Amino acid sequence: MEDSPVLLDIQDLRVSFPLDEGTVQAVDGVNLTIRRGEVLGVVGESGCGKSVTAQTILRIVPPPSRIDSGRILFYPPKADGGKSNGQHAIDLAALKPAGPEIRQVRGKDIAMIFQEPMSSFSPVHTIGSQIMEAITLHQDVSQRQARKMAVELLRLVGIPNAEQRVDNYPHQFSGGMRQRAMIAVALSCQPSLLIADEPTTALDVTIQAQILSLLRSLRQQFGMAVMFITHNLGVIAQIADTVAIMYLGKVVEYGPVREILHNPKHPYTVNLLQAVPRLGKTAGQHLVAIEGSIPGPFTRLPGCPFHPRCSAFMAGRCDVQVPAVTQINATHNVRCFLYEP
Amino acid sequence: MTDATNAVDLAPPVGRVKGKARTQEQDNKYYTAGQFQLIWWRFKKHRLALIGMTLLAMFAIIMVFAEFLAPMEGATRNVEYLNGPPQQIHFVDAEGVFHWRPFTYALTYKMNRETFLLEVTQDTDTHWPVYFFVKGEPYKMWGLIPGDLHLYGVRDEDAFLHLFGTDKLGHDVLARILFGTRVSLSIGVIGMFIAFFLGLIIGGIAGYFGGAVDEVIQRGIEFIRSIPTLPLWMSLAAALPLEWSSEQVYFAITLILGLLGWTNLARRVSSKLLSLRDEDYITAARVAGSSDARIIFRHMLPSFLSYIIVDLSVSFPYMILAETSLSFIGLGLRPPAISWGVLLQDSQNVKSIALYPWLFTPVIFVVLAVLAFSFVGDGLRDAADPYSR
Amino acid sequence: MNPNPASPPTAAGAATAARNTSLAEQPWLLEVKGLTKNFTLRQSMFGRGSGTVRAIDNISFFIHRGETLGLVGESGSGKTTAGRSILRAVEPTAGEVRFRLGPAESVDIVKLNKPDMRAFRRHAQMIFQDPYSSLNPRMTVRDIIAEPLVASGLARGSELDDRIRQAALRCQLKLEHLRRYPHAFSGGQRQRIGIARALVVEPEFVVCDEAVSALDVSIQAQILNLLMDTQKEFGLTYLFIAHDLSVVEHVSDRVAVMYLGRIVELAPTARLFYQPRHPYTAALMSAIPALNPDEVMQPEMLEGEIPNPSNPPSGCHFHPRCRYVQEVCKQEVPLLREVAPGQFAACHFADTLSLKGASTA
Repeated sequence: MEDSPVLLDIQDLRVSFPLDEGTVQAVDGVNLTIRRGEVLGVVGESGCGKSVTAQTILRIVPPPSRIDSGRILFYPPKADGGKSNGQHAIDLAALKPAGPEIRQVRGKDIAMIFQEPMSSFSPVHTIGSQIMEAITLHQDVSQRQARKMAVELLRLVGIPNAEQRVDNYPHQFSGGMRQRAMIAVALSCQPSLLIADEPTTALDVTIQAQILSLLRSLRQQFGMAVMFITHNLGVIAQIADTVAIMYLGKVVEYGPVREILHNPKHPYTVNLLQAVPRLGKTAGQHLVAIEGSIPGPFTRLPGCPFHPRCSAFMAGRCDVQVPAVTQINATHNVRCFLYEP
Repeated sequence: MTDATNAVDLAPPVGRVKGKARTQEQDNKYYTAGQFQLIWWRFKKHRLALIGMTLLAMFAIIMVFAEFLAPMEGATRNVEYLNGPPQQIHFVDAEGVFHWRPFTYALTYKMNRETFLLEVTQDTDTHWPVYFFVKGEPYKMWGLIPGDLHLYGVRDEDAFLHLFGTDKLGHDVLARILFGTRVSLSIGVIGMFIAFFLGLIIGGIAGYFGGAVDEVIQRGIEFIRSIPTLPLWMSLAAALPLEWSSEQVYFAITLILGLLGWTNLARRVSSKLLSLRDEDYITAARVAGSSDARIIFRHMLPSFLSYIIVDLSVSFPYMILAETSLSFIGLGLRPPAISWGVLLQDSQNVKSIALYPWLFTPVIFVVLAVLAFSFVGDGLRDAADPYSR
Repeated sequence: MNPNPASPPTAAGAATAARNTSLAEQPWLLEVKGLTKNFTLRQSMFGRGSGTVRAIDNISFFIHRGETLGLVGESGSGKTTAGRSILRAVEPTAGEVRFRLGPAESVDIVKLNKPDMRAFRRHAQMIFQDPYSSLNPRMTVRDIIAEPLVASGLARGSELDDRIRQAALRCQLKLEHLRRYPHAFSGGQRQRIGIARALVVEPEFVVCDEAVSALDVSIQAQILNLLMDTQKEFGLTYLFIAHDLSVVEHVSDRVAVMYLGRIVELAPTARLFYQPRHPYTAALMSAIPALNPDEVMQPEMLEGEIPNPSNPPSGCHFHPRCRYVQEVCKQEVPLLREVAPGQFAACHFADTLSLKGASTA
């Protein structure tokens, strides 16, 4: 995975919402890299900025948001016929949110699926027509060809009777089927990156297992990279290659999934792993809970965002400065003064 | 759950300096604020709504202090100045001298024998100064408290000051408008209260019992609403016996308006009650052992009180316009009662439009009152649910 | 890693198992018999749209005093309706809910009239899922917590104040919070207020209706700890409804699995998770994502989807999706019967199937 060329490189991204009551710093210096074919899991709780980060990539964050600084460098593989990256980087952060350049990228190179499949589809159009719309927006094909492709896509995502169901309306699909249909729309132009924002959170556990298995097989089939946002560590363990742990707008730890799960470094990661009930291990026992709660969007203290709740808090340091990114090894980094040399 | 994109909804509306962090005290005020306090804070953000509220406050003052604010009684006639145009106030006289005290020129008039029009000429040599807090015509405030202080007036024996002119009987238009405010707005208020109680009770019964009771009541409401309003008003008003006194007619009109206006409110109340029944906190109250009555009054009522207030302020203009229209066409209040609608009766002919346009001034007040209620209603509607996420 | 442990895999599990046997000797606190709840769909004037949904269909089980019974199921399983019907937050259509009031005395809650039911409420309370809609936004925290006591007239004056204060402190709320309104609090804190409200009457039985599902992971841990501590301190009995299976395994002594309105399996936790006897349970367990990347899930893929609850399949509701389906499954409804000591399954072939349980991380 380290050998694949870089597909998306988010560098020091800062996004804020200036409101009457104050400015909410939703994303506060985020660095993320996704390579071709890699699955990056982004884990965090409320207020960590994971959804805003994902939406910023496609520039669909609602107003009054504002990108304060940072770059989102995208290296589209199609432009160079699949060879290694080089010159063809686009800074998505610099594009106009309503302009033609970003619309070229949306749906074609980078696609997104959301948590609530019901509200992501128009209720008055058939699923088929919505898939066809995605196809014809980016590809020069006839209506009949588009329809054939739509049926094929539905079959690909495991919807039975695709020939008939392509003409059904969203309310005629169950939750799991709708999520599959949403994946079909996202895949219609074979994007190199799929951003999945909590796609299985609203689904039953058996359906979740099906969707995860589908994503795994599709990713193998298309060599597609996935940015998988969730708060469920079990799902991350099953699907991610690399994991980024986010807290209050910053990436506090980043590394391969085995490193993060078996050898966590940041106190927040350590605590998070201890706070999750684990099958066969924690039954009947006290969970190690993190003190306090996540502060509101307007009360942000200086220094490391986690310091009010950190068991390894060092006064005079953690509440004054923001820790820089420290490399633990070639692939694993962390933002914590405990590891600064 | 709540990512930063939802921060907009969570943002507390406490007044604060832009960009500065909130103090502990401001935080605490926000945390302990009840629903009406929260509604007020949100309401304050709407400039138009605040303007509307100020206007309403002014109307309220007029309603209470009409006798003081008006230069004379509404029924007082100035027989020497019939259909007289509005008099102008000056600070600078014909020679260019500035006076601190405003004044108006004396008027001489005579009837033109040919056109039968009153010709009025200003005598620029004689001033009639305007005094404030002047002792004028005696009155009884609300018919109870005697007094004779007026906000403004003239002291001269033969002087008079009609800022909005006079009508064909010599009544001061401004005075009559001020007194008419009392009547027109109070009819609206009382009618609204009647509609409020009827709507609350009937809607409450429909919403609480649901099922067949709700069905019957809803169909009844639809039936009433489907009757064309104007013919309905007209027939009800025309049914009032001619011998009734002004007061009796007054109460009858308010009753009619109230009886026809409750339907909207009832529908809102019943649908809100039906939807509230499924809220988790209502279930929690039931599981806690609350009786049905307690659930309705302690738990549900505060929830839809704010919506009802919005509905009331929005239905106010309807009441005012209804009374004005009815009286305008002669079916509502009749002279000698004074209301805006009655005043507008005088302007119902071409002669008025052409020759005495100041008789239309009550229209401005009607428009202002309706606008004021509409702005306030808009502001309230936006502020009414401070808990919406 | 023990895919099919004959005994529970951890020391904690062993302690739970020991507790299970001692609990089994306790008399039951709550017995549910044949509980059914039908919802009528709105009749449309034109054409179809008629019908009844049997949200819960003749379910029976009992809960021992002091135990936590987990109740799991997916969409349409009826687990939420079950919790609400037991407390008559929703009126059951048929069945009995017997609550033991004394060594020889029990009462069927379903048959109580309104005043008696209100008087009974102090024995059983409920904690809700959504911390934002379960607290009346227009009441102060103090009034919210006080409601169960005030509504039933159980306490007043200084005794009322004392009990409110105690309940708040027990749930780690500060006293100055009592004057505030719910909008001042985060989800986790609101959930604590809801718990304080449920506990202030010192009930014996609490239904936790997805009490932690809407909370962040770190807050969830705090609330789970609070629930378990209070249970130990006051000897509470919990019906813990949830869809997150890891959480259920963590807190429950026994677990019941529901599918489309019926209980398909009921067993002590360790056995349900690691030695299931119903194919649906096995499928559920295999779908739990293991927290170990080296343990690749092999979920049992179920055919099709959950059927429409207003038109359930004949016989065993699960038969269209079951890989072991036989003719008898389409015709006869399998009864919930004891297939191993303390383990009940509703499957015609529960004795013969060998099913795989969850894998531990």
